[in-house]
Amino acid sequence: MRDEESGTVRVLLIEDDREAAAYMARGLAEGGHVLAHAADGEEGLEMARAGGFDVLVVDRMLPGLDGLSLVRTLRAEGDATPVLFLSALGQVDDRVRGLRAGGDDYLVKPYAFAELLARIEALVRRRRPEQGTTRLVVGDLEMDLLAHRVTRAGVEIDLQPREFRLLQCLMRHAGQVVTRTMLLETVWDYHFDPQTNVIDVHISRLRAKIDRGFEVALLHTVRGAGYCLRAPD
Amino acid sequence: MRPIRTALRTTAFRLALLYAGLFGASVLALLLFLYFASAGLIARQADETIEAEITGLAEHYRRRGLGGLVQVVIERAQRLPTSVYLLADPLRRPLAGNLDSWPEVGTGPEGWLEFSFEAATAEGRMTHRARARHLVLTGGFNLLVGRDIEELRLTVARITEALLWALALTAALALGGGLVMSRNALRRIEAINRTSREIMAGDLSRRVPLSGSGDELDELAANLNAMLAQIERLMTGLRQVTDNIAHDLRTPLSRMRARLEVALMQPAAAATYRQEIERTIAEAEALIATFNALLAIAEAEAGAEREAMERVDLAALVRDAADLYAPLAEEAGLAFSVRIAGEGELAVRGHRHLLSQALANLIDNAVKYTPRGGAVAVVAARGAAGIEVVVADTGPGIPEAERERVLGRFVRLEASRSTPGSGLGLSLAAAVAARHGARLRLEDNRPGLRAVLLFPPAPPAKALEGTPG
Repeated sequence: MRDEESGTVRVLLIEDDREAAAYMARGLAEGGHVLAHAADGEEGLEMARAGGFDVLVVDRMLPGLDGLSLVRTLRAEGDATPVLFLSALGQVDDRVRGLRAGGDDYLVKPYAFAELLARIEALVRRRRPEQGTTRLVVGDLEMDLLAHRVTRAGVEIDLQPREFRLLQCLMRHAGQVVTRTMLLETVWDYHFDPQTNVIDVHISRLRAKIDRGFEVALLHTVRGAGYCLRAPD
Repeated sequence: MRPIRTALRTTAFRLALLYAGLFGASVLALLLFLYFASAGLIARQADETIEAEITGLAEHYRRRGLGGLVQVVIERAQRLPTSVYLLADPLRRPLAGNLDSWPEVGTGPEGWLEFSFEAATAEGRMTHRARARHLVLTGGFNLLVGRDIEELRLTVARITEALLWALALTAALALGGGLVMSRNALRRIEAINRTSREIMAGDLSRRVPLSGSGDELDELAANLNAMLAQIERLMTGLRQVTDNIAHDLRTPLSRMRARLEVALMQPAAAATYRQEIERTIAEAEALIATFNALLAIAEAEAGAEREAMERVDLAALVRDAADLYAPLAEEAGLAFSVRIAGEGELAVRGHRHLLSQALANLIDNAVKYTPRGGAVAVVAARGAAGIEVVVADTGPGIPEAERERVLGRFVRLEASRSTPGSGLGLSLAAAVAARHGARLRLEDNRPGLRAVLLFPPAPPAKALEGTPG
């Protein structure tokens, strides 16, 4: 369904706030993505059933059918389209409930648009088969998941366990923006925002290990969004 | 009448009835005893004198013969009008005495009989009852000695009547007392109900009046009052947090709005607009962070769901948090050390994410406020008082007078802005600690701040269930 050539993502947003939906449509269009909008749960379920979307962005609290029930219904019908929950309910337990209902990710309002975009892209990309992958490669950077070894241009790089997981997360999402929050969630399992930008220091250390002394940098900072590890064009 | 009906339905009335019944039964037993002790005794004494007299007359007959007996009977019959004497031949024809004929009733098993007779009284002849003893003398003669028991009967009747009145009076008193008692209890329950209604109508300051007797109703009222006080405290806390949120969000919100309005006022280059917008977004982010922190405190205060409580290895949490902050601390020119003693025995029951956040906040705080060249030390160990996690820094610390306040439920943010090291992070850590039955203590690190999270020894499962929230 997804147009692999253009990279266009088709998003179904099920959200009763029309204005927020309009903003999101414009933001996604900037990135070359397409958004369809359903303003209540029942309409959303119908549209989702019709198919053709790469990702569903579902508000938890909807008129008609609530978000959790909607996703549960879809999952029960065998629909595996990735789901990103949007919610004003930000407690850890709410998050767990969302994921248990079949959601793939959970974003608390208010969120930065860059965060939403990064997560949507990560979700769509996640559909690619990953099981059985034992080696990640980005340019001349290689990671052997079994031997816990990282090399760049054949030279072994010594990484701390946490740095290894940080790099692994970035490599899995190579070419995509990974936000600080996503890194905190994946690498540290922290679902809150440490006030200080602790992640930045970790990234700069990692960058020193994988990029220093090489002509081409692989790890880039995306201003106002996060980081991106990508192979040179 | 509704109140009476209500009264009949109440437990208090039923209890009163039961007590009245028990009381009545005791009084009845007492009255029966009195009856037998008075009326019964009189009757028995009468019987005894008759028995003695007839034995005496029989003795007289044996010694003096029929003639002697007739003489005595005639003499006594005249002298003692309230006594009954009759001597009759074997065919029960009267020979002497003050009865005209042998009474037409059968003799009882022990020789006793009761009958009516015409007695000569001051008011003339009247029918009276008599009780007499019948003795058959040698030679077949019949002797009857008795007493006019009309007086006795009247006395017994009077005693019986008096006792019945006493019984009735007792029953009335018991019932009345019961009613009064139940009405009294009802009135006090009604007072509790009235207070409840007033509170439901919105006046949380109302309290149930105590009677001062210290009885169960007073105890109930005292408990209700304690509960109300707790609710009022929580409500006040809620109002306080609302005030704080309003204060802490309104100020930056109006600043944001002013910034945007000013930007709109003067035509400017796109780059200037861009800069203003970016600043505004940064401000919005700070605002959201404050908001989230306030909500997190409220969450920890109100209690995360108990089902989310699990066995949490504090050693791992401390390691993770330290791991996250170590590079930052080194970057800030601080000596950062972590020591975990007693690996594998630092487990508590808790909420993993809240505990993580509390630890991260403590370390964040220490790193943020310790000047370059200082030190931050994180230690987790099991001590005599329980598991201790200590985050010690060499920063400016917090003046002793401020420490308790800084940990307060909803510390004013002005303080956190003006006093380094006392941000919302500490309030959150304190709230999380309280949620876990732990305590956050702030001490002087000479110099610097020593934040100690103390988890008392794992309470029995029941005590953990009882934690508020």
